[in-house]
Amino acid sequence: MVERLCRGPATVKELAAPLTMSLPAVLQHLHVLEASGLVRSEKVGRVRTCRLEPVALRAAERWIADRRAGWSRRLDNLDEYLSNDAQSNENQEEKD
Amino acid sequence: MDRSAVHDTFSFDRHFAATPERVYKAFADPTAKAQWFTGPPESKQEDVSFDFREGGKETATTIIGDNRIGFVATYTDIVPKERIVYTYEMTMNGQRISVSIATIELRAAAGGGTDLLLTEQGVYFDGLDQPQYRRQGTEQLLEALAEWVG
Repeated sequence: MVERLCRGPATVKELAAPLTMSLPAVLQHLHVLEASGLVRSEKVGRVRTCRLEPVALRAAERWIADRRAGWSRRLDNLDEYLSNDAQSNENQEEKD
Repeated sequence: MDRSAVHDTFSFDRHFAATPERVYKAFADPTAKAQWFTGPPESKQEDVSFDFREGGKETATTIIGDNRIGFVATYTDIVPKERIVYTYEMTMNGQRISVSIATIELRAAAGGGTDLLLTEQGVYFDGLDQPQYRRQGTEQLLEALAEWVG
């Protein structure tokens, strides 16, 4: 749900569509996200639109999210590095 | 200023096709580590040092826009090819933002390759919530957030 909101604001109907959970469950999940300050929603007519509220994150929470993102990126780098390193080792062995 | 300390633990469980020897070397060898343990693409680094031994320090200052992010680590426990533990602190423009313990455990996987378990336990300091500290480009942050809250 948060992943979808990362791509931009969405209506409750749009958020619920790809999920297997019931509409009340979706609303409950949204309520938790709103209470945490991560998501803001507004109702225009009969349509409720939700958006992420990243500025509501406290500094510490941002540092933590940032740290995780940093490790995720570096472990991807490591995987790429090890794969390239393996290839160059194989090439070296072929030459030897 | 509103002061607080927030504690958090997170972990990553990754499998690599390479042997534990090679994965360990990627963490232990300065030339190898510099290939992948890098700052964000738009950043540059200063004050880089790396002394990989128990009691040895690793330092780097990452410059992103107008912000200087300091990293000072001390290696506390090294078991070759099996475990690396270090403590580190980070600063933002001279103010401390966190103190952490990082534990990297390597195991030979049953089907070949290496299982890596990375655990970070940290305390994150608040009271620095000023607009100039908000990171530029929130996309990466939101990806991490999505992973975090599910």
